[in-house]
Amino acid sequence: MLNLFNTSIAFLLDPLSFFFVFTILLISLASAIYSVGYLQGEYSLRKRLYGWVLFAAFIVSMLFVVTVNNALIFLISWEAMSLLSYFLVIFDQKNEKSISAGIIYLVMTHIGTAFIIASFLIMYKYSGSFDFAAIKAACQNIPVFTKNLVFIFLLIGFGTKAGIVPLHIWLPYAHPQAPSHISSLMSGVMIKTAIYGIIRFIIFILGIESLWWGNLILIIAIISCLVGVIYALMEHDLKKLLAYHSVENIGIILLGIGASMVFIKLKLTVLAVLALSVGLYHLINHAIFKGLLFLCAGSVYKATGTGDMEKFGGLIKKMPQTALAFLFGAMAISALPPLNGFVSEWLTLQVFFIGAFSVSSGLKIFFAICASLLALTGGLAASCFVKAFGITFLAMPRSAKAKEAVEAGLSMKIGMFFLAFFTVVFGLGAAVVFKILAKVSQSVLAGELAPINFSLNNFTINIQEGNFVYLSVPQIALILAIILLITATLIYLFTGKVKKYGTWNCGYYKLTPRNEYTATAFSKPFRIAFGFFLKPYRKTEKLRESFYHVKTFKYETHTTSIFQEYIYKPILAFTFGSARFIRKIQPGSIHLYIAYIFATIVALIVLIKIF
Amino acid sequence: MIFIILQIIFLISLAPLVSGIITKIKNNLRLRRGQSVWQPYYNLAKLFSKDEVCSEHSSWVFKITPFIVFASSLLALFLVPAFIAKSPAQYLGDLLLLVFIFSLGRFFLALAGLDTGSSFGGMGSSREMFISSFAEPAIVMAFFAVSFNFGTTNLAATCGPGALKFSSLIAGIALLIVTLAETSRIPIDNQETHLELTMIHEAMALEYSGPSLALIELASYLKQIVFFTLISATVYPVVFCAQITPIQALTGIIIYLAKISFIAVLIAFTEVFLAKMRLFRAVDFLYFSFVLALLALIAATLGA
Repeated sequence: MLNLFNTSIAFLLDPLSFFFVFTILLISLASAIYSVGYLQGEYSLRKRLYGWVLFAAFIVSMLFVVTVNNALIFLISWEAMSLLSYFLVIFDQKNEKSISAGIIYLVMTHIGTAFIIASFLIMYKYSGSFDFAAIKAACQNIPVFTKNLVFIFLLIGFGTKAGIVPLHIWLPYAHPQAPSHISSLMSGVMIKTAIYGIIRFIIFILGIESLWWGNLILIIAIISCLVGVIYALMEHDLKKLLAYHSVENIGIILLGIGASMVFIKLKLTVLAVLALSVGLYHLINHAIFKGLLFLCAGSVYKATGTGDMEKFGGLIKKMPQTALAFLFGAMAISALPPLNGFVSEWLTLQVFFIGAFSVSSGLKIFFAICASLLALTGGLAASCFVKAFGITFLAMPRSAKAKEAVEAGLSMKIGMFFLAFFTVVFGLGAAVVFKILAKVSQSVLAGELAPINFSLNNFTINIQEGNFVYLSVPQIALILAIILLITATLIYLFTGKVKKYGTWNCGYYKLTPRNEYTATAFSKPFRIAFGFFLKPYRKTEKLRESFYHVKTFKYETHTTSIFQEYIYKPILAFTFGSARFIRKIQPGSIHLYIAYIFATIVALIVLIKIF
Repeated sequence: MIFIILQIIFLISLAPLVSGIITKIKNNLRLRRGQSVWQPYYNLAKLFSKDEVCSEHSSWVFKITPFIVFASSLLALFLVPAFIAKSPAQYLGDLLLLVFIFSLGRFFLALAGLDTGSSFGGMGSSREMFISSFAEPAIVMAFFAVSFNFGTTNLAATCGPGALKFSSLIAGIALLIVTLAETSRIPIDNQETHLELTMIHEAMALEYSGPSLALIELASYLKQIVFFTLISATVYPVVFCAQITPIQALTGIIIYLAKISFIAVLIAFTEVFLAKMRLFRAVDFLYFSFVLALLALIAATLGA
């Protein structure tokens, strides 16, 4: 029997847990400050109080998830976290979309939880205890096949929460529907608890059994990267776009973690520590900039009442601070120096290079291809954020609401700039941060760290003897700043005056917002180039007055979501089909039901007699 | 240290000349006399002395962009080994850093294209980001292949006793194709026309004038010489790395100039003998460079 009542709540406060606690609290702080201004005026006081209680409980549940020392308590906190976030997703109950998004989220997250429970029960069978230490000790006795099964279950379970492809479908529904400060928590932190689960249960407790585990994670990761960013490019709802970018960034984080798993199996301890630290680095970076971007998107949403990018434009003049904060976030997520996203993406590439150099031939090519696909992802992400920032904030307003937008309130600005500040800190302070992260991953892997050398303002990786690689973010920032300053001064002092005049419009009499490039137009080349995957289609509708004169012309372009179309739809159809089939045995006649009961009893008696 | 500063100053002053030479060769190939090779310098001088017109719809992003684009190109110049490879920049970053530095400039230029509110700018931004997204994997793969020969992505990878390897050669060709895209040259883009529908880079910078335009032009000359230098260092590494004497420096300069002129001639011939591709064919072209880079990598893993 399960020893439910004997379980005492014990906390595990090792460096890994501390790291996640820090990440959760950092984003929560910004989100809490922000929520004061954000909820003001949107909801009644009663609703706001309800929201804050849920918010606090949600944070506590996440903290429990990353600190408890017992698989059962872990599951309870995990479920609490899922349910609380469900209530936060449907917080905006007047909106029907929220309810349906909530249901998709609820179903997906419970499928994930089911797999986690299954894997825990299998491990329990061998350990007889839910205590992490006991499970870890027992995991050595689990046969290989069962171990593989547990790995797959854990991967599906946590992968659903993390949003890896093809289990990502709930993200673009649930994250945008929640109030923005909640989206920033969900996208910034909650999906990271799944990464915690993967590190804790697969790497730390289960132990890496075979090489293909790491390779499988790498393949899933790179697919998630590409699928996430391609869908994000097609998306014109600001918050949905950000949600798809979470899929992409989870992929980048998993690239680090998957590489680490490969290195563990190949006994390249130093590299394993390096790769895991890089994964964790990108994790906290993503938490910071994605949290920031969702907060900015919330400000835009509050100011304009819509998330549709095609209705924005020119907001940089109405909301200068929000625009600046968003620019920081956009630069960080596009991996531009000297902000934090750049450091972790550079490090990920470096891990793949050193990895490719250290492993044997077949894997070499695989690692190099992973690296170049990561570069492709980076390029596409930069394009996507040129679109997101450019269409939203630059040029002229495309709608009346965008024209009347006002800057966000003080508490919202504090929340945003708090995180914007950290994108800079985690970029310039890379050496210090990385040193701490290396300690964290060292404690997970219990490996040695000696050959990785660090100095304070620039850090050096020395894997092969004598081959140093350097990256000094402060120096890069300094040189950039000096060049900027000198050129700006020279230009200011020695050149002529600047005159304001209208934009060149080919001699057409007036430039209107309708002349502007739209988000749809911006992403058109990508839509065509990835047509094999996106399967774009058009709908046109002409309203004719006569044969010759078209009165109105409606043009829509859509892309097909192949995951929904080819994976989820058939599954749903099958489920409904079989339900319909089984319904036939329930015609509502009482005689038939009595016959069923009788048949069951007879069958049971026969069974008992046999065994 | 003094050599390094001299090297950077030398490269900055050389950069516009390379464009001038390419234009001259192209014109001569077409049996025209063409403009003087010094024309880019006259253009820059002219632009710097002019007043500037700035769109009334634009914001501060439009104003700071030329400086950021210029700064990022100049920073890249710190990183490449031209004729002396030992540089303080070695402690700044590595080959892979170049990818990120260029994406900084490009990001802002694309934003500036959108900032003025005209469709040309937006069109240019969209296409530029599109092309560069597909160029990036090829660059990274080529850098990997080159670095594989040396075991590090440190800039020292492009310097050393003349390692004329097969893999480096293929990687160099892959980089050459990428260079055509990154410096807006013919099969991908066209620097010569100002017909809005064909241009990519020019469309983004369409609204710039005066000193801002000069900075952007100078930045693209710098970017071009950075790429040329990279290719030259990849295929035929810099010879002198350690403590060098003035004589060695002079020899280094001569070798370097020879390499750069060779690439310039190659680019000019490509531009004259190829037609501009449709935008979506350019993707295939870049896939080709990716495949070449992959081939280089495979060769490098085999030790060739």
